[in-house]
Amino acid sequence: MKKSKTLRLNFIKKHRNAFFRTGLIITGLVVFLVLLGLVWSPYDPTAMNGEEKLSGISLRHIMGTDNMGRDVFSRVLYGSRVTLLIATGTILIGSFVGTLIGALTGYFGGLADDILMRIMDALFAFPSILLALVFVSLFGTGTWQVMVSLGIAFVPSYSRIVRGEFLRCRDMDYVRSARLQGASDLRIIFLHILPNVKNVLISAILIGFNNAVLAEAGLSYLGIGSQPPHASLGKMLSDAQQYMLSSPVYVLGPGLMIILMVLGFSFLGEGVRE
Amino acid sequence: MNGEIILTVTDLHLVFHDHDTPEIAVDDFDLTLEEGEIVGIVGESGSGKSLSALAIAGLLNRKSLKKSGRIIFDGVDLLTCDRKTLRGYQGDEISIIFQEPMTSLNPVKRIGWQVEESLRIHHPEIDKETRKKKAISMLEKVGLHDPETVYKLYPHELSGGMRQRVMIAAAMIGEPKILIADEPTTALDVTVQAQIVELLKTFNRDYGTSIIFISHDLSLVSQLCQRVMVMYQGNVVETGTAEEVFSEPRQAYTRRLIAAIPKIRL
Amino acid sequence: MRYLIKKACMMLFTLLVVSLCVFLAFSLIPGDPALRQLGTNGTPEQLEALRQQMGLKDPLPVRYGRWLLGLLRGDLGTSYVYKIPVGSMLAEKIPITLSLALISFVFMVLISVPLGIYTAKHKDGVLDHIVMVLNQVIMAVPPFFAGILITLVFGMILHLFTPGGFISYKKSVPGFIGYLIAPAFAVALPKAAMAVKLLRGSVIDEAAKDYTRTAYSRGNTTNGVLYRHVLQNALIPVITFLGMALADMVAGSIVIEQVFGIPGISRILLTSINNRDYPVVEAIIMGIAFLVIFINLLVDVIYRIVDPRIASGDE
Repeated sequence: MKKSKTLRLNFIKKHRNAFFRTGLIITGLVVFLVLLGLVWSPYDPTAMNGEEKLSGISLRHIMGTDNMGRDVFSRVLYGSRVTLLIATGTILIGSFVGTLIGALTGYFGGLADDILMRIMDALFAFPSILLALVFVSLFGTGTWQVMVSLGIAFVPSYSRIVRGEFLRCRDMDYVRSARLQGASDLRIIFLHILPNVKNVLISAILIGFNNAVLAEAGLSYLGIGSQPPHASLGKMLSDAQQYMLSSPVYVLGPGLMIILMVLGFSFLGEGVRE
Repeated sequence: MNGEIILTVTDLHLVFHDHDTPEIAVDDFDLTLEEGEIVGIVGESGSGKSLSALAIAGLLNRKSLKKSGRIIFDGVDLLTCDRKTLRGYQGDEISIIFQEPMTSLNPVKRIGWQVEESLRIHHPEIDKETRKKKAISMLEKVGLHDPETVYKLYPHELSGGMRQRVMIAAAMIGEPKILIADEPTTALDVTVQAQIVELLKTFNRDYGTSIIFISHDLSLVSQLCQRVMVMYQGNVVETGTAEEVFSEPRQAYTRRLIAAIPKIRL
Repeated sequence: MRYLIKKACMMLFTLLVVSLCVFLAFSLIPGDPALRQLGTNGTPEQLEALRQQMGLKDPLPVRYGRWLLGLLRGDLGTSYVYKIPVGSMLAEKIPITLSLALISFVFMVLISVPLGIYTAKHKDGVLDHIVMVLNQVIMAVPPFFAGILITLVFGMILHLFTPGGFISYKKSVPGFIGYLIAPAFAVALPKAAMAVKLLRGSVIDEAAKDYTRTAYSRGNTTNGVLYRHVLQNALIPVITFLGMALADMVAGSIVIEQVFGIPGISRILLTSINNRDYPVVEAIIMGIAFLVIFINLLVDVIYRIVDPRIASGDE
């Protein structure tokens, strides 16, 4: 009886690890490729070669070449770096500001909480890619601008999550006893409650990563983000679309890269959440 | 008490196969129920009394649970008959009320709808108006004031005691032959408990419904039941009339159960 | 009813706050719209005159009031770049984008509700496992990439539709809807995957609750329990998602329009952002804000119909 129970637990653990491990492998591959792109790529991602336009897959070009004869693999390496950078920045900004707002409003409550949360609710209901578009139109296009725009667009979801957790925790016994011992509010917020909402936050960050990658890809597909001649996955796809019949291979490289990135993080998130 | 036998349970075994070693939940449970009789089944939690009751009501459908024995009602073995035959009895001839009145009702459906459900399923020939009239008179019968209003309310608008009354109304609307009451008062406070027991007595008297009353509360069982079965670890350890079991318990376990009753309530 | 009025008032208030934020954001960013419109070769006098004409010299509150009153009267302002009323620029585009979003929404519901119920009912069955894996993959595919693949496979290889062959609703409504089917699919797929996952989980959770046992005890069939008891409860958490998905689909439609060459508001929005044509951007944002807030109101109302517990909670 006891033995069977531990067996079952092991099985569940293994199962969960399978999710987590797959995620780790995929994400590891993506990160490896991105790091590789930093030090080495088969070709200069911006070097054109008029002789070899839209060539299919070959040993020389494992993802083929684009309409200007540039090596797609090299450009995918570069583009993924940009995407990863923007996604990371987005999540850092979004989760940092969101946690700050959520923690303070959730802990203190009151009028500021009411007003801020009303605004956050309105923003939260707004599709994040549109929100980012609004901010981009204010800040202008470009890698950093897109990062900040997306970051702001992600603030509401984090602040809502964190606020909920703080609301739940603020009257718990360990908080009360800390208060009785004379701990300051800030100390309670950051040293007592925050470590307890860590798990929720990590899972939200992993899910947020997916959304950030998808949003960045969407924006760069729309031509917002890093500007030519620099490569971005979304822009490559919108170029590739025009040559889809003559060179369907071109579409696959950047597309699969985006899917790999999102899939990796979503598996990781799934593994952590359980 | 010389009515005819309407339910016979023989050799009921319930074994869980969730783990590598099978877990015997009910081991050799026998019961005969006469028309108009109230039988009490007592025992602590985990003794198998609720599982036996659920088995009679045909509500144990877990794949990992192996059932054997016979539950004969109306000449049919409820354990082996097909699902359609079983459903034909459920809610119409055999009804059940549960321990948790707070969660046993569907939170998003109106009381009236839920009370009428058995009629809708088993007697679709009854028209809407008659059905509603029946439901309202049943709500009145279970002691709810202003049944017309209650008919339109949702479960969350009622207290636990009121919800259990609604459950009884829903169970009794088809005038079943057997009502299984699975710890119906455990979640309620003492004054309400007594009212619910009174209500069950009334239905037993007025409708001739046989009742299987399951409880861990001996004093309630002694108030209500003519015959008592004591269960312990999946076995029936003692059966007899209420007086026999309570005045001359043969088993050490029963004696301990009786000793545990607060004196003031006996 | 009283609740509805209260909610509608709150909705108006939120819109007012949004309008203030939008106006302030676009008024306070550096850059002189008059200068941009005139270009660098205007004389200072011309510039001054243009500023006067555009009302840029008035204090902020006056300009806000004027803009807001204009919005209320249906005057969305004038495009800096094209010098024509924004309203006329958008009038023909809005129905296209909204149709796409709505068709996508219908697709999502049509796909996810049966699939969610089926997979929950046959939990751990073969199809359930297949759907769950597919879900995870579909959620990882950006809608515009799905759109590109759909164009390639169904448009260019199977010739089920003509990529780029958009048909205006003015010419032929069936043709218009026909062309929107493929893009709507691309918009709907990832949302449908999420909805399936959510609904499946919700149905499984609800099916384990006590009231289902009660329902069985009254002689209900499995389907009776599922459709008459479980489903309404299981839909409650899904409704919020559906509301947000509808709002997201408007955004998704804007991206997908680019993929399929649909002349909705997408092109105008993007060129206006690139040209810093603020009146157009502001108008589109306000329109979407109105839509989003309206959807929220709708979700609230539906909630109260489906879940009676909420309705009595605040009265």
